[in-house]
Amino acid sequence: MIRVMLPAHLRTLARIDGEVQLQVDGQVTQRTILDALEVRYPVLRGAVRDYGTLQRRAFVRFFACEQDLSNDPPDDPLPSAVASGREPFLIVGAIAGG
Amino acid sequence: MSSVRVLVGTRKGAFILTSDGKRAQWEVSGPHFAGWEIYHVKGSPADPNRLYASQTSGWFGQQIQRSDDGGRTWEAVGNEFAYEGEPGTHLWYDGTPRPWKFTRVWRFEPSPADPDTVYAGVEDAALFRTTDGGKNWKELPGLRGHGTGSSWQPGAGGMCLHTILPDPGNSERMFVAISAAGVFRTDDGGQTWRPMNRGLRSEFMPDPTAEVGHCVHRIALHRSRPQVLFMQKHWDVMRSDDAGESWQEVSGDLPTDFGFAIEVHAHEPETVYVVPIKSDGEHFPPDGRLRVFRSRSGGNEWEPLTKGLPQHDCYVNVLRGAMAVDSLDSCGLYFGTTGGQVYASADSGDSWSPIVRDLPAVLSVEVQTLP
Repeated sequence: MIRVMLPAHLRTLARIDGEVQLQVDGQVTQRTILDALEVRYPVLRGAVRDYGTLQRRAFVRFFACEQDLSNDPPDDPLPSAVASGREPFLIVGAIAGG
Repeated sequence: MSSVRVLVGTRKGAFILTSDGKRAQWEVSGPHFAGWEIYHVKGSPADPNRLYASQTSGWFGQQIQRSDDGGRTWEAVGNEFAYEGEPGTHLWYDGTPRPWKFTRVWRFEPSPADPDTVYAGVEDAALFRTTDGGKNWKELPGLRGHGTGSSWQPGAGGMCLHTILPDPGNSERMFVAISAAGVFRTDDGGQTWRPMNRGLRSEFMPDPTAEVGHCVHRIALHRSRPQVLFMQKHWDVMRSDDAGESWQEVSGDLPTDFGFAIEVHAHEPETVYVVPIKSDGEHFPPDGRLRVFRSRSGGNEWEPLTKGLPQHDCYVNVLRGAMAVDSLDSCGLYFGTTGGQVYASADSGDSWSPIVRDLPAVLSVEVQTLP
C-alpha cells in the first residue's frame, strides 16, 4: 500500500484521520497516486492540482524520502521506498503568506 | 416569534450569529471551515435552511459548501468552474492581455423560487449557475462574450464579479457589477448583456466616462422599486432611476464619497446607508470615527449615525459585501469590519451595538429573517 500524508486543511476537508493508505495499480508516480487519491476522496479534486491542466497548485509541494519532488515530471517513477510503502508520499502546503 | 440569522464570512472561517426578533441576545456558532477564507455565505429564500458557502484558499483553491440544516452540518459539493469555450484574455494591471483564470467565488445569489438554483459571481469575472444544488456549475458566457470583456481590468482586489441583483419583478432581468469593469444588465435571463455605466465618471481612466472600466464597489436596490439602483463606486455614491440606463451622483454632503458597502432600508425605498471611508489610499473611516451615513431622501442629504459606534481611534474598513438588512418591522442593519467586529442595529441605524468584537477580518455579512 502507498502511504500518503496530507496537510491538516485537506485532512479536515476530506474528513481523514492520519495517514491515507492507497492501492495503486501499475507504476507508482505522482500522477497515479493523485488519481487514486481523488477517486477515494472526490472532494480533493482541484485542491492539490488544477482542474483541466492537472498541474500542481502553486503553493502545494510533494516531498518523499527527504527530497523535494515537486518539480519532477508527474509520470516519473517515485522512489522504491514510496512504492513499497516504507516511506510516505508527503503533500505539503508551502510556507507562504503567513 | 421571528428570529434572525446573520451569516458572516471572514478571512479565517464562517460564523453564524442567531437571535430572536429583539436582536439583543446573540448566539455565536463557529468558526466553520476554520482557517479558510469564506468570501460569502448566503441562504436560499425558497428554503432558508439551505445555505451555500464559498470556501477558498490560496493554497488549496475553491470549495463550495452546502448546508441543508441552517448551518449545523455542511457538505462539500461541486467546485469545478470551467469557462465556456476558449476563455480568451482580459487586461492585466500593466495593460497586457492575460488569459481568463478562475480563482474564487465572490458571491452567491440563490433563486427566490428554487433552492437548487444559484448564481455565482467569480474571479476572474464571470457568472456561473447551478441548477442541481451546487453539484455542477455552468457559465453564462454571454456576459464575458458580449464584446467588452477583452478590455476589462482587475481592481486592487482582483477582477471579480462581486454583486448579483435579480430584478424581483422581472425574472428575465438581472444586474451584475464587476471591479473594475462596471455594471451590466441582462433582460433575457442571462443570455445577452449590456454595459450600464452612462453617467459614471472615473478619473483614473484615460477616458473618465468610458463605457466600461469603472470600479463599481457595490449596487443595491429595494425590491418594491427595482428600476431605482444605488451604487457605491470607488469614489462617488450614485443613483439610477431608469434601471441603470443612466446614473446621477448623490454623494451630496457626505464627508467623503469613497467607500465599499451600500444598502437600502427593508421598508423605505428612499432610505439608503453607506459607510464612508477616507480614501482609496487610506482604507479607514475619516478622523478615526466609524460612522454609518443614512439618507432618507434617496441621496444627497446624509446624516451620520454614531450611537454605539467607536468615535475615536477607529481605523477599520467595511468591505463591499459586509453590510446587510433584515426585514423585521423595525428594520435591522448589520455590518462587519476588517477588525473583526460585527455591529447590529435593531432600529434602522439609530443605535448600534457589537454582536461580536474579535472575529477575523470580516469579508461578508448576510442576514436571514426567519419566521
